[in-house]
Amino acid sequence: MRSGSCLEQVLRAGKFAVTAEMNPPDSADPEAVYERAKVLAPVCDAINATDASGAHVHMSSVGVCALLTRAGFDPIMQVSCRDKNRIAIQGDLLGASAMGVRNVLCLTGDGVQAGDQPEAKPVFDLDSMTLLRTACILRDKGMFLSGRKLDVAPKLFLGAAENPFAPPYDFRPYRLKKKWEAGADFIQTQYCYDLPRLREFMAKVRDLGMHEKLFILIGVGPVRGAKAAEWMRANVPGVWIPDYVIERLKKGGKGEGKRLCVDLIREIREIKGVSGVHIMAFKQEEQVPEIVEEAGLLVRENITAPQ
Amino acid sequence: MFRFVQNSPHTLELIYAATAKALKPFTGVLKPGGKMEKLFVRFERWTKGATFDCRMCGQCVLHSTGMTCPMTCPKELRNGPCGGVRPNGNCEVLPDKPCVWTQGWTRSREMSLYGEEFFHILAPVNRSLKDHSAWIHSLHPELLHPPAGWRQ
Repeated sequence: MRSGSCLEQVLRAGKFAVTAEMNPPDSADPEAVYERAKVLAPVCDAINATDASGAHVHMSSVGVCALLTRAGFDPIMQVSCRDKNRIAIQGDLLGASAMGVRNVLCLTGDGVQAGDQPEAKPVFDLDSMTLLRTACILRDKGMFLSGRKLDVAPKLFLGAAENPFAPPYDFRPYRLKKKWEAGADFIQTQYCYDLPRLREFMAKVRDLGMHEKLFILIGVGPVRGAKAAEWMRANVPGVWIPDYVIERLKKGGKGEGKRLCVDLIREIREIKGVSGVHIMAFKQEEQVPEIVEEAGLLVRENITAPQ
Repeated sequence: MFRFVQNSPHTLELIYAATAKALKPFTGVLKPGGKMEKLFVRFERWTKGATFDCRMCGQCVLHSTGMTCPMTCPKELRNGPCGGVRPNGNCEVLPDKPCVWTQGWTRSREMSLYGEEFFHILAPVNRSLKDHSAWIHSLHPELLHPPAGWRQ
C-alpha cells in the first residue's frame, strides 16, 4: 500500500473503481463544496478536486481537499504545473498530506489561453512527468528535490493523466509507460467517446505489460446534447468526439447524453486491463448517481476507508 | 531560416555526435564564465536559433527529443506531448502551429543513434543555466547534474 486511501484499497482488492470529478465552486462558502460532495460521495470511491481546470480559476484544489478530508471524504487532489513552480508544489504536497489527502493526480495543465484570464503568466516550471517523479521522491526517498531530508514523508497514491485520443497516437502507450517509470500508481484518462481508439490503445498497453503495473481508469462523462458536444470538441483542449457520436446525440434527443455515457461505461468495463471509470460530469453532478446506478456499478462492495 | 534542416534528423544527429567529439579536447579551455563563452553563446544563438528556434536554455537535449527543441513548446514540456494536441497534430496553445512533440516523435523514429532517448525521462529544467552556452556545459557534466534528490 502506498497510502491506504479508499481508492487504493478498492483498486488493490481488484474491484472496478469509480471516481468522479467535482466542479469546485466560485465561492468562499464551504457548504458549496459539501453540497456537491454529498451528491458524488455515496456512489464513488474518490472525488477529484480540480486545480483550475481549463485555466479557469475556482476554489483551489488544496482548499477543496482540506474541506473534504475534514468531513471524511477521500479526495484526489489534482496538481497542475501551470500556476506553481517546484517550490510551491512541493510545499502543497506536504501540506495536503498533512491535511489527510492520500491521492494526488499530477497534471501538466491546460494552457492559460484556454481560460478567461489569458493574460496570466504560464509557469510550467515542471512538467507532468517531472512533477510525478518529484512527488515520488518526497514519498519514497523522504526528501525534497534538492536532496534536503523530510522529517516525515507524505504517504500518497500517485496518479497521472493520459489522453489516448490525441496525437501522436502510437506514442501514447509509451508515454503511459514513461509515467509509470516516473512513479505513477494509477491513471485517469481524458474523456472517452471513441471506443475503437481506446481498444487499440489498451491492446498496446497490454503488450507493454502496463495493465499489470498501473490501475487505469477511463474518463467518461455525459454531454448535454449534440451542440454541447460540438462545442466541447472545438473548445476544450484534448477532447475528441467522433462524428457518429454527435449524430447519435442529434437523433437521440433529450437524455441521450446520459444513455451514451452509460453505454460507454458498460463497454469500457469489458476491456481487459481497465480498472475503473472516472466520471466527469461538467456542471451536471446530479446525473452521476443515476449514471453509476444505470451502468450497474452501484452493487460493487466497497471496502471502508481506514481510520 | 534553416528550419527545413530539421527534417533531416539523422544528418543532424550525426552533426551533433561529431561536434561533441570535436569539442572534447578543448574541455580545459572552454569553461563556463570564461572568455570563450560569450563567443559560444553568440554562435549558438545564431546557428541553433536559425535551425531550431533555440531558446538558449543552456542544457541542450535536442538529441533526446527528436532534434526538435522542447523549449519551443508553449508549456516547455521536456518529456513528451501534453494531452491537448489537436486531432490534426497541431498545438493546443498555438492552433496554427504543429505540436513540437508530434514532430519530434516522427523525427526520432528516423534517428538510429539517439532515437531511443525519446523514451527517457528528462530531469526538470535548470533555470539558472538559461542564456549560457549549452556546448560548454556539455563539456562539464557536473553542471548538468539534476538536483540531488532526483539523482540519488
